Amino acid sequence: MRYGETGYNLEIDLSRGSIERVETDPRLMELYLGGQGTAAKLLWDRVPPEAEPFSPENLLIFSSGLFNGTPVPGATRTSVNTFSPQTSLMAHALMGSYFGVELKHAGYDKIVIRGKSPDLVYLWINNGKVEIRDARHLKGKGTQETARLIKEELRDGKVQVAAIGPAGENRVYVASIDHSHASAARGPGPVMGDKGLKAIAIRGTQDLHVAYPAELFDKCLRMAKELFDNPNVGDWMANDEDDGFHHDNFSWGNARVRRRDFWSKELQERWTKWKFDHMDRQTGCYNCPKNCHIVISWPKCKRFSYKCYGKDTYHMAAFQELDFSYEILGVAQELGLDSYSTPQVIAFALELLEAGILTEQDFPGMPADIRGRFYYILQKIAHREGIGDVLANGVYWAARQIGKGAEKYDHNTVKKFEQLPIKLGKVNPPFFLMIATGEKMSITQIEGSFPQDPLPTREQREEFCKNWEAVPDEKFKKWFMNWEKRNDISNEASCAITDWNEAMHYIDDSLGLCGFVSSFRGQFGGRTGYHVWNIPQLITLSTGVEFDKDKLWKTFQRVRTLVRAVNVRRGLRRRDERPPEDHWAVRDEKFEQKLLDDYYEFKGWTKDGIPTKKTLDELGLNHVSEDFIKRGILTGNESTPSKETSREQQKQ
Amino acid sequence: MQGLLRKKLVKEIKVDVDKCTGCRSCEMACSAFHAVPKYSSLNPARARIRVIIDESRDIYVPIRAGEYTQAECTGRNLYTINGKEYSECSFCPSCCPSRDYFKEPDTGLPLKCDMCEDDPPLAEPMCVQACQQSALTYVEREEVVEEQKPQVKLEEIEIVFDALVKKHGKKKVMDTFARLSKGSDVKMKV
Repeated sequence: MRYGETGYNLEIDLSRGSIERVETDPRLMELYLGGQGTAAKLLWDRVPPEAEPFSPENLLIFSSGLFNGTPVPGATRTSVNTFSPQTSLMAHALMGSYFGVELKHAGYDKIVIRGKSPDLVYLWINNGKVEIRDARHLKGKGTQETARLIKEELRDGKVQVAAIGPAGENRVYVASIDHSHASAARGPGPVMGDKGLKAIAIRGTQDLHVAYPAELFDKCLRMAKELFDNPNVGDWMANDEDDGFHHDNFSWGNARVRRRDFWSKELQERWTKWKFDHMDRQTGCYNCPKNCHIVISWPKCKRFSYKCYGKDTYHMAAFQELDFSYEILGVAQELGLDSYSTPQVIAFALELLEAGILTEQDFPGMPADIRGRFYYILQKIAHREGIGDVLANGVYWAARQIGKGAEKYDHNTVKKFEQLPIKLGKVNPPFFLMIATGEKMSITQIEGSFPQDPLPTREQREEFCKNWEAVPDEKFKKWFMNWEKRNDISNEASCAITDWNEAMHYIDDSLGLCGFVSSFRGQFGGRTGYHVWNIPQLITLSTGVEFDKDKLWKTFQRVRTLVRAVNVRRGLRRRDERPPEDHWAVRDEKFEQKLLDDYYEFKGWTKDGIPTKKTLDELGLNHVSEDFIKRGILTGNESTPSKETSREQQKQ
Repeated sequence: MQGLLRKKLVKEIKVDVDKCTGCRSCEMACSAFHAVPKYSSLNPARARIRVIIDESRDIYVPIRAGEYTQAECTGRNLYTINGKEYSECSFCPSCCPSRDYFKEPDTGLPLKCDMCEDDPPLAEPMCVQACQQSALTYVEREEVVEEQKPQVKLEEIEIVFDALVKKHGKKKVMDTFARLSKGSDVKMKV
């Protein structure tokens, strides 16, 4: 019997219409935990690097996290992994609410989808009974509408549905997969559309077992209360009406303009009134004590919900106010468009129009007012009509397809993916590394354990360090105590900080823990819910497998290195690891490249960002190093001690 | 005639539907507490409390398993509360053929909330302990109730006997009565 996980994956081939329930190797849990960790392993093993994202060979994997369905509070994230058409790299997408938990109760840890269906279908997973069903009648339907229709069709309101909207069907690169109050963005939406899969509906009524049930339950009940009481976890944007931070510091439009004096008391009062006059409630994900989703009913609009910075993206891209986001979010979510990338693409298009690179002829019938223009382009993108067919590919690709100097206006992408619109003065070295080398694409998916900025006084820093349980090593406290200026921190510290920040996200995304109670929330106040000291015990209590901090850390390194290897095999190299040129005003190329060198060395990667044979083998990824050598990606001699090398050579 | 006055302990779970976030921690905790052995499995489908959720209509109502009923209602009331329309079923605790709430998923047998009776007793039922948002709160209060002895009028008994005699014949009724009263000192003449 398996604990914490079901031990089975559901394998669906949409080309053949085959459905299999496949037992998984229990050792994989110990090596990769679950969620995105075991998904990376599947992508490495089964998708050849030549496979195009839009090909039957590409896999679309829905993974429950290892903790999904256990009493561990705030462990609700389902990861969706595939190869993204936008970046060609491994897509990193997560969604909360109920999906992964329902999947586990249906008896599966993952749904692994391959092939392509000739007609639009949806998947109906009812415990052991799984059907591929006709979805042609759902073509063009919105995400929420699809969920509603499927629930009606199956006559069961308890079914959990994840669906794409028209944008996903039309393989729009910035399309998302939506489920309840959550959505998975950054790549899998268009792949789901390409596979002809409109939705997945799940109903699970089976037991899930953990290894030490009474002990785990008791501990988790206490932890839930702690998380509820802890103001440092959850979404501060859900409960603090002062959002001067984003509005005064982030860039508006096409990541272009900072409005330092935008926020005011009067504005805050007006916006607060908008919110509370139209908010139905705040909701949370399965077994989470926080309430991060804001549910809004705006006049004449469909009810929708948002969380975190999703509240700001549309009106900041359009130079409007909150009411505009409230108007457009419901429409955009129904179309199945990601509220992070889409507004940037629209703002980019309007900037090109202003610059004369695109002309009025490219936008036939477009209204003159900015709000009307956003709606117009939104629809064009979702349906890939006219210029929307180009914009649907995201800023990077659209710029190259449009040409005529449009490339210059693509000034906020890394690895072909839109970044948070932040344009600052001086380089924050750990942020340089995170933005340059991260493979979860958005900084929000990488940062979070070490504070973003130094605290002004020594007393404040001491206070911060006093209860800073999460630090994996005392050296982080020392670095923080001596950190005076944002841009002035040693390379040694920057490398370790980046590594720790990444570690927590990689651990979370394998366990299904939400960043808001874990990886993302250590940086503010230092008292996050989960860290390398309390997670190992929870893994042991859930699965029965002994874990400690060092073993957990090595697991992070293994998963992290495997993700890098998956992407290296698809062509990722040092040349791709450059933050936007104008991300900071003051740049020092020599310093940055030295920092990158140091970081690669710290990680055990070559100067080109490829994990060395030694690094791979130490993590038990020998099959990866062998593949790299066979393909000529590594020679096998990189940074390897000479003894070992000579023995290798003798063998050969 | 006045019946006996008696004190009765009433256990109440107060439900504030406005505070419910739909996290379903109550379901998780309930299923764990009632697993045999205790906590050995997790499964909201076995929970004796369920949250009726309809995101698109903003409906979040935790309901607690009550009595089993053989037949579903003849109709449904729809209630409009603060502009939102709720089906009567959203508040109904019955284990009923019209829906699959409160049925053991393996056997279909009805589940019923027992307020987490335990030895030693819990301070609060487990669902309440799990609800951090305080959508569920627990109250115990004493109620004084009058214990009524049933007062039956003789004519009413005659009506019943009349009906039985009409249906089954005098002899059958008498034989049955004689058999039932065997050993007792009741004699009957009809």
